[in-house]
Amino acid sequence: MSNVNKRLFKEKIAKVAMQVSGITITGSLFFIIGTILYKGIPYLSWDIISQVPKGGFYMGKEGGILNAILGSLYLATSSTILATLLGVPISVFLNVYVKSGSFLERSCKLLFDVLFGIPSIVYGAIAFSIMVWVGIRASLLGGIITITLLTIPIVVRTIDELLRTIPIDLKHVTFSLGATRWETAKICLKYIKPGVFTAILLAFGRAIGDVAGVLLTTGFSDNLPKYIDEPAATLPLAIFFQLSSPIPEVQGRAYASALVLTFIILVIVICTHLLASKQRKHKI
Amino acid sequence: MHTPAGIQATETQDLMNASRPHIQIKDLNVTIEGKRILKNINLSIPNNSITSIIGPSGCGKTTLLKTLNRLVDDTKGLEISGSVLVNGEDLYADGAEVIHIRKKMGLLSQKPFPLPMSIFDNVAYGPRIHGEKNKRVLAQLVETQLRNVGLWEEVKDRLDASATRLSIGQQQRLCLARGLAVKPEIILGDESTSALDPVSTQTIENLLIELKQDYTIVLVTHILRQARRVSDYIIFVYDGEIIEFGKTDEILLNPKQEITQQYVKGFIS
Repeated sequence: MSNVNKRLFKEKIAKVAMQVSGITITGSLFFIIGTILYKGIPYLSWDIISQVPKGGFYMGKEGGILNAILGSLYLATSSTILATLLGVPISVFLNVYVKSGSFLERSCKLLFDVLFGIPSIVYGAIAFSIMVWVGIRASLLGGIITITLLTIPIVVRTIDELLRTIPIDLKHVTFSLGATRWETAKICLKYIKPGVFTAILLAFGRAIGDVAGVLLTTGFSDNLPKYIDEPAATLPLAIFFQLSSPIPEVQGRAYASALVLTFIILVIVICTHLLASKQRKHKI
Repeated sequence: MHTPAGIQATETQDLMNASRPHIQIKDLNVTIEGKRILKNINLSIPNNSITSIIGPSGCGKTTLLKTLNRLVDDTKGLEISGSVLVNGEDLYADGAEVIHIRKKMGLLSQKPFPLPMSIFDNVAYGPRIHGEKNKRVLAQLVETQLRNVGLWEEVKDRLDASATRLSIGQQQRLCLARGLAVKPEIILGDESTSALDPVSTQTIENLLIELKQDYTIVLVTHILRQARRVSDYIIFVYDGEIIEFGKTDEILLNPKQEITQQYVKGFIS
């Protein structure tokens, strides 16, 4: 085989490999969505999204999952907001204030990489033991704190990667105009704004979909979440409980619940993209 | 022979010169991660003139330029000794205020780098962070500076448009206007025309020649012809040392050192 043919052969292999993985991923995605739709739509009704579970709901009787929908929305929104408020300053500090390549920078980034990889059940277990120690029972607050801790590393690492893509020239421009580090940081954040929405979206996705972290810390309740110090239901747990039931009616509702969860995430994704594309006006 | 009035006039001129920024570098040594980038630099950069720093790639010209406004500060493994005096004030003295120092020096970097905002906001950015809030003053300032760099007529109808929509030559003039808006005393140029087409390069060069009446200008360039066209003085740097410093013609036509001759003739680059 001549050299050119060899190179063309390699090109072909690479292309086929990409096509295979593309088809596999898209296929599995469609399979998952298809299954949820196929199994969930027959059980989806206005009742299921507008009512709380009534007596015997998990035995196939009347009611809905409004408690879990609201619980999940409260939990994911609050912890995403908190994680963004706490995570963005950390990334800014590491990228604008700390000298690049310093021991502090490297050790902090390593720490967040480790935290990023810790399974959520570990966060849940630690938060649970602290809650027992200080005397807080499983509640929406406990869940918010746990999920915030879980999502901070996502925000920090994503924003950090974005800030690292900023050319050093941008910082030199603002510095040479006499800007302080904070003023420079604000310009850097403006520069990466569309990406910040992606970071928030990732955090929200993780927060709303997490089961293990909330299992021990948030508990479960059939009532609507009214107070922050009371247990609250979450959608993933609701799905889990319903799927564990042997009754086909309840299992079907689990798929309907999954459909609701997927729909919420879809809405959030679309909103984020719309917001992000509005911010691209001055993108360099 | 000087008349007393003549002597007085010369003295006044000297005083005026002394009131303009005067950059003096004394025993400057810069080491980055153990490598000596600049060695025993001693220099006095004249006022109201263009001084070009020339030399082969990696000889330390950009580092020399960036020590002037302390942009080297964030470099990993940086060790610096000696002093850089601007109007007698040491930039590297303990407690020297870096924001104040940088405001005095406008930087025109290699590639134009507009801030992610509109044309107007780019020019107004500097004055705004330094406390100017009056909209009329800002509008006036933006217009003056855009006129200074010959950009006003081209952009006056689209000041709200993103600065990134401008052509690269226009962007570089915008960056110059942005730098001038904070009223610096010195302009530093780091190969400022290397990304530009010949026409834009000429525009920037002519602007710099006009501006030297009011500013002290230090340029890093690797284009000898450019150094000949614009500069009054040339500093030749080789391997972190200043080999020669003098008037443009002296350095380019009659270099005293062998190595300068070789560089000027194009034997080393």
